[in-house]
Amino acid sequence: MKSISIIGAGPAGIEAASVLARQGFAVTLFEKSSSVMKNVADKAFLFPDFTAAADIVEDMNKKLLNSNITQRLDTDIVNLAREDNNVWKLTDAKGNSYYSDLVLVATGYTPFDAHRKEELGYGIYGGVVTSLEMEKMIRYDQIVNSMGERPRRVAFLQCVGSRDEKSGNHYCSKVCCVTAVKQAIELKRRLPDVEAYIFYMDLRMWGQHFEELYRQSQQEYGVRYIRGRISEASGTFDGRVQIKAEDTLMGLPLKMTTDLLVLMVGMEASEGTRCLGKACGIAGEYGFFQSVDPHLNDCRTSLDGLYVCGTCKRPMSINDAVNDARAAAVVLALSVRD
Amino acid sequence: MTFFVVIYWIVAVGFLVWSVFNPYFSVYVMPFLVGVVLLLFFSIVKYWRWMSSFDKLQRAIIRKNIWSWRFLPAIWEAIRESLLHWRITKKNILLGYMHRSLAFGWFLLIVVGAVQAKMAFPDGHPIWMAIFFNYFEPEVDLSAFAQAEFFANLMDVLLLYVLTGLMLAMFKKVWSRPLGMKRTTRHTLMDRVAKLSLWCIFPLRLLSESVTAGINGNGGFLVTWLGGVFDSIGLANPAFEYTCWLLYSVALGVFFSLMPFSRYMHIFTEVFLIYFRQLGVRDSDKKTGYTMFELSACSRCGICIDGCPMNRQLGIVNMQGVYMLQSVRNLELQRNAEPIAENCLMCDRCVADCPVNLDLSLIRRQVRIKNKAAIDTKDGYGYLRDVQPFNAIGRVAYFGGCMSHLTPDITSSMETIFNAVGQKYWYMDRDETICCGRPLLQQGFEHQAFELRRKNTELIANSKATMLITSCPICYQSFKKEYRLPIPVLHHTEYIDMLIKSGRLKLRKDDRRVTYHDPCELGRGCGIYDEPRDILRATTTLLKTAEEREKSLCCGFNLGNPLLDLDQQTLIRNAARDNLMAPHPDTIATACPMCKKAFAHADNVPVKDIAEIVAENIVKN
Repeated sequence: MKSISIIGAGPAGIEAASVLARQGFAVTLFEKSSSVMKNVADKAFLFPDFTAAADIVEDMNKKLLNSNITQRLDTDIVNLAREDNNVWKLTDAKGNSYYSDLVLVATGYTPFDAHRKEELGYGIYGGVVTSLEMEKMIRYDQIVNSMGERPRRVAFLQCVGSRDEKSGNHYCSKVCCVTAVKQAIELKRRLPDVEAYIFYMDLRMWGQHFEELYRQSQQEYGVRYIRGRISEASGTFDGRVQIKAEDTLMGLPLKMTTDLLVLMVGMEASEGTRCLGKACGIAGEYGFFQSVDPHLNDCRTSLDGLYVCGTCKRPMSINDAVNDARAAAVVLALSVRD
Repeated sequence: MTFFVVIYWIVAVGFLVWSVFNPYFSVYVMPFLVGVVLLLFFSIVKYWRWMSSFDKLQRAIIRKNIWSWRFLPAIWEAIRESLLHWRITKKNILLGYMHRSLAFGWFLLIVVGAVQAKMAFPDGHPIWMAIFFNYFEPEVDLSAFAQAEFFANLMDVLLLYVLTGLMLAMFKKVWSRPLGMKRTTRHTLMDRVAKLSLWCIFPLRLLSESVTAGINGNGGFLVTWLGGVFDSIGLANPAFEYTCWLLYSVALGVFFSLMPFSRYMHIFTEVFLIYFRQLGVRDSDKKTGYTMFELSACSRCGICIDGCPMNRQLGIVNMQGVYMLQSVRNLELQRNAEPIAENCLMCDRCVADCPVNLDLSLIRRQVRIKNKAAIDTKDGYGYLRDVQPFNAIGRVAYFGGCMSHLTPDITSSMETIFNAVGQKYWYMDRDETICCGRPLLQQGFEHQAFELRRKNTELIANSKATMLITSCPICYQSFKKEYRLPIPVLHHTEYIDMLIKSGRLKLRKDDRRVTYHDPCELGRGCGIYDEPRDILRATTTLLKTAEEREKSLCCGFNLGNPLLDLDQQTLIRNAARDNLMAPHPDTIATACPMCKKAFAHADNVPVKDIAEIVAENIVKN
């Protein structure tokens, strides 16, 4: 029986490990941090049905309870190389080596660092937060402005670090549009008096129930949508944030003072994705991994015995990543049988 | 003018006829004489026209300073630059030698030749005697001329000096790198013909004098020896001699008559330009007679090409200073100069490199202004009325600038610094941002920029603030050069440096190792190189980079060039970044919000404005 290594214990890595283990393969699952499902665990509820993220984390953890799976937490794989005997050699940051016949990379994404959009004032003005921090506020029910008070107005800004030439990310991160809609609804559920504005370029409600959620946010919750990007943010004397934007439907510049400005940060290739992509020489655009063919051969790479799944290839929602992982597990298993 | 033309040609034709009856005339002299007459005529006409189109201010400056001592430095600069080519020598010794031997060498040939003629013909001689001395020399009795041999040898040495320069020039045509130039200028047909005639002059002179020496045994060591060679192969005969002198004269005649219409017009024009500049004349936003002098003072040496980031990073070689000036000259012929003038970062690198010190960016802006003159945006400035005046007595005015609004770390650091030293300040564009106008002006929107300048001037003057401090070098250059403000204007690096040196601001030194990026507008634009470095040395360890100060590389993201796309800007940015990253700094420091944003996305090393580094290191009293 061939040995399989999976790098990255997010939804994709765990799902693939679970499918392969149930088929009897011995799987080693590497994770650089000390716990699994880090990115999901940061969330409160998931779109479009408000499932608690903690439930998903719990379910995924259950999938790991399989004797065929060996977990190696705190193991940061930094190099991948194919030896002469067709065995893959994995090296971690401490210099330890691991060997396996097949490798599945699921090193995932990292949220865009909002400091890089200095004009939006993240890290400078207390009222400017990222969508991840908003998620945390919702989760602990502590939605407050920089003065610790209940906010009267909250503005969300889409496409921070996505579809943005200046930060070098031309691509769409796919999940931010609906996340803002979801967060605005949760905000209104908790604080019905708060005014919620979403600044967008265009809203991409591509998934099942997304459009309905968008409609609901307007009809039931009174979330307001303004088409236009925020050009700059500045602090006010009372700790709020003044934003300058253009309402491109009205064709007018606008200024608005808000308690919180939520930056909907996009997805970028994670450090591990970039590092391994470079190590094997198959890094594609923007540091993501390149599969052989996005239509019919999306889990293989140009290297024999190296497979990829999940958000290390491109931005995906959780269910997309999980489905992609199952596909990869099947392709991998079939290739061993052949 | 017509009067002058008539008089000139009467005198000139009279002179030519008189020459024919001169005892020392020979028919071959005629091409040279005609060349001189044409050169004089066209030079006088051109200079006359240019000088009569100086604008009012320029005339007033000339009138005011013409009797001052400023002609002394002008003479010194003319000797240093037009004859000795000092600035070019500093760039490359061989290149300097080449230019010097041709300019200074030829100059000495003429001057020493004239002295020699004067001594040999104490009773007077026609003007061409200095040029064709060796031909006529056998006709005179040289016993009265004691130093004849010395002069003959000296003239040979000088001719040899010029010829070595000529050889270098020919070598440069094949391989220019040893002379410090990667690329050389593509010349027009007229320039090439003029150059060919120039290159023919000196070998033909050597040939003619040698053949004459072969027949008459006169001349110095070089031509005597060569004359012997010609004699031995039977070429030392009067027919061949005459042909050679005729060719020499034709080469001179052709060169002189082409001079006013080719790059060689720079030879005399540079002297005029140096003189006007030393008198204090400067160009304006409109093309003036002074501009015409600048256009012709360009020797088309092409030194501006190598340093230009558009060439170095993008391989674009049709828009550098030399070609831009060419296109402006062609504009006289109704051709379009637009794409060339617009496609430039306005980083002033060529201005720093130019050996003639031409104000290339200003001339480029003149073209842009002309191109945009028809665009009217009068309706766009209604919002200026809403900006309220502010009484800022006893405060300094702080102008962040539009770009600093996109880098709030810089403006908040400046506020921290003001508060730390207890300086009351008026943040004049905190809410209502009025642009300084320079980005518009750089694009050629002169009237639009004027509207903004007028409003800002009114606001600043009425506020009674004590000084104006700005964080953006673009605004700084604008306030400093394009405004006439009643109060001092400081960039924040100057202000912080002043605070440190006067002891008002105490800083701790951290263990960061930084490299400093000179912003174009602050460094080459305003000459601020030392203040930022002094501040950084006070708070961090400052590392040297390979290309800094005047040679600093543009970050590629400035507002000068509207035609570049992001990929091209990124290529230029990366070159500047690599230069800054080479010494492996912990932080890249700069003093411009635009440069900061350009580098911010480039690498994992933090990019900070000097104000941020200072604000982090303030020691509280």
